Amino acid sequence: MVAPVGRAANPGRTLNRVTSHGGNAATVEFDHVTKHYDAVEGKNGTPGAVNGLSLKVPAGKICVLVGPSGCGKTTSLKMVNRLIEPTSGRILLDGVDASSRDVIELRRGIGYVIQQVGLFPHQTIEENVATVPRLLGWDQSRRMTRASELMALVGLDPGKYARRYPSQLSGGERQRVGVARALAADPPIMLMDEPFGAVDPIVRERLQNEFLRLQEDLAKTILFVTHDIDEAIKMGDLVAVFQLGGTVAQFGTPAEILSQPASDFVTRFVGSDRGLKRLSLFRVSDVALETVPTARVGDPVAPALAKLASHPFEYLLILDHENRPLGWAHRERLLLIEKITPDLANPSSPVLDRRTTLKDALSQLLEADVQAGLVADRNGALRGVLTVDRIADFARLQSISPLAQDGLDED
Amino acid sequence: MQEGRPLIDWVWISSNPDDILERVLQHIQLTALPLVLGFLISLALAIWALRQPRIYTPVIALTGLLYTVPSLAAFAVLRPIFGLSLLTAIIPLTTYTLLILFRNIVAGFQSVPPDVLEAAEAMGYTRRQRLWRVQIPLAVPLTIAGVRLAAVTVIGLATVASILGDAFGGLGQFITEGLQQLFPTKYLMGAALSVALAYLAHVLFVRLEKAVTPWATARARGIG
Amino acid sequence: MSEVIAWFSDPSNWQGSTGVPVRLWEHVWISAVSVAVATVIALPVGLYTGHTGRFAGVAINLANIGRAIPSYAVLVMVLPISLSLAPVLGYSPNLGLSFIPTFTAMVLLAIPPILVNAHAGLQAVDRDLIEAARAMGLKEREILGQVELPIAMTVIVGGFRTAVLNVIATATIGAIVSFGGLGRFIIDGRLRGVAGIPELISGAILVTVLAVTVDLLLGGLQRRITPDGVKIAEGQSFELPKPALSPAS
Repeated sequence: MVAPVGRAANPGRTLNRVTSHGGNAATVEFDHVTKHYDAVEGKNGTPGAVNGLSLKVPAGKICVLVGPSGCGKTTSLKMVNRLIEPTSGRILLDGVDASSRDVIELRRGIGYVIQQVGLFPHQTIEENVATVPRLLGWDQSRRMTRASELMALVGLDPGKYARRYPSQLSGGERQRVGVARALAADPPIMLMDEPFGAVDPIVRERLQNEFLRLQEDLAKTILFVTHDIDEAIKMGDLVAVFQLGGTVAQFGTPAEILSQPASDFVTRFVGSDRGLKRLSLFRVSDVALETVPTARVGDPVAPALAKLASHPFEYLLILDHENRPLGWAHRERLLLIEKITPDLANPSSPVLDRRTTLKDALSQLLEADVQAGLVADRNGALRGVLTVDRIADFARLQSISPLAQDGLDED
Repeated sequence: MQEGRPLIDWVWISSNPDDILERVLQHIQLTALPLVLGFLISLALAIWALRQPRIYTPVIALTGLLYTVPSLAAFAVLRPIFGLSLLTAIIPLTTYTLLILFRNIVAGFQSVPPDVLEAAEAMGYTRRQRLWRVQIPLAVPLTIAGVRLAAVTVIGLATVASILGDAFGGLGQFITEGLQQLFPTKYLMGAALSVALAYLAHVLFVRLEKAVTPWATARARGIG
Repeated sequence: MSEVIAWFSDPSNWQGSTGVPVRLWEHVWISAVSVAVATVIALPVGLYTGHTGRFAGVAINLANIGRAIPSYAVLVMVLPISLSLAPVLGYSPNLGLSFIPTFTAMVLLAIPPILVNAHAGLQAVDRDLIEAARAMGLKEREILGQVELPIAMTVIVGGFRTAVLNVIATATIGAIVSFGGLGRFIIDGRLRGVAGIPELISGAILVTVLAVTVDLLLGGLQRRITPDGVKIAEGQSFELPKPALSPAS
């Protein structure tokens, strides 16, 4: 539910007109950046060193830094907003050396989301979200308006959440607040350090999808740290695979990483199910959906049975009055009744988001032990049905074979 | 019960309201002064310790040592030096607050989660803003808890001061005089009032603690 | 100062029923008995509320209120009662005058820190750890003995240490109701005016030395019984010692 967000920071512009490359975004460039630590080994929490990092993230793209722990991903991220100062090298934001800017002002222009969220426990959600606007000296009413917009943007009802304290929220809700807070002053750059690492897989999937949807409108330049290769493939326009010693083993698109791993390390890090992982490159929305016979609650049964008769499928999909799918009913169950009722529906099929990767979709279908998943739009209304067969057909078309190991299947 | 005089002589109580009020006010003064002084000293020490962590252990050792000195002994040793002036009572009472207050203030600052501090820094808080808007508010609950304990301790110890003479006043004076005169009403009155005062301070600070930390009690109240 | 040294070197102050050894023994004895009784009362309660979480609010609130009661007040409030009960219960009036009020006040002084720290120490043990222990099939008693107690031991002994220290320091006021102990020198010295000052200061020094010595010994014990794993973990996280005086907060 993306509410239109008035760009308080830049009057006259609205988020709606921002397209994927024309938003408020900046390029981020690492230029031979090195960070060494003096011998403080063995202590917990020592950040990884970085060695001669050079990479360029175009404006409006998500660049995922992925790799095993201690390989310098987080260090690289924190050098952008200068929580850590590099030993040598430069970091250029829109061509300007970060070290030449006032550090406080620099940080206020960069969104920052971390795994532990770091919400202020003594402030309400509203105050937390409005943190940077307050630092920037916005007046009270403008701050509160902005906070409400952002809470709605990340899917939290402002009326319900504005006056709560962080301790009263679930992990997933806190993470949304963290994202809203980072977006408050409409920063051109966002740094996200394992932002969805502390929530369970189902919530994580949802937060990832929602964030990707947000990013379609926001088009920020985002540096995103994770140790999860699946998350990297899903979230990244670009992926930088870090290896121990603080160097980048490979920098490229997710498809390149999967199809042409640059080294044994990358091959091993990506894992043996590389072929299957390539399903993560595609989303539910990339596949042509199937249409199946449907009927709404309250409809007479007869026309529905007629539809079923002319269709190879033996099941009728029952929808509520807002076209939200309720579940399946077998043909035989419809024989002796007159009207469609909700209790006929068997809700065994998972409901899939259009941003869910095909790999996740497939695994959800297999897990639920069903052949078909329901694809719904933002309001939960039915868009179509995705079957295991369709995914298989699609994979064949894309030359994705679960057995492919060496990238030779790439066209 | 002894013959003649009852344990509680209501006539004496009702005929001496001014005396009683004066002793109570003296006691409050005898408590408030060391508390304020001790707080200022502890705060300064705590801020120093937060900037220079290596002084924490020596300060704890020193204030711990001061805390170990029995109050009666401290009053006794200072009396020949400062005579029966207020200083003789104030100095030890102040030193007793240091360990509690210093330890709690530092613990309060330490209780600020590192991720919260990092988030504040990353969002562009200046050092000063971080101190005033994040660290201090979050250190308040443990600090007030420290003040509560210190207040209760000082109220109790202040009664002991009057064992050494009548210059300090306060409710301990009733106790000492009552014991000397074998007049139970008087010493029981002093004891009861000092208990009441200590309990009142306890309740007052517990309330204050809750009032200034709505976020800590919000979940307990079940708003969420 | 020289007068104080003179007092200490006067052999008559070290002999007989009013000499330093006897007074020291009385002081240690009343402290030990009071803390022992307080431990017997407070430790089981604190362990129970800390382990089960039941009645925790009541116990901790009572303990906190107990902290708020000045010992001197307890002493003199018990005094008339114990005096008047002497003929009824058949103990000597002398016991009612000195030992019973002092003992009661010291026990009440020692209970709160022991109880609160036992409770807080157990409560601070990671819940996941307890669940893991339960999942591995440990009985409640075993969880308490093998998991909670070793981890909480530092905090529990910390409460005991606070109690001992408070009792040694405060037992001096027993002298006011003609109990012995090191407080005697202070009270007697005061009654003798200027001539008594050396005695008064000597008493103060003695009781301070006793308190500091015992506190150091208990501090050493506290370190010794802390499991090595806990010590290492604490060292790594740079955590400052927990405020043992305010575990309730």
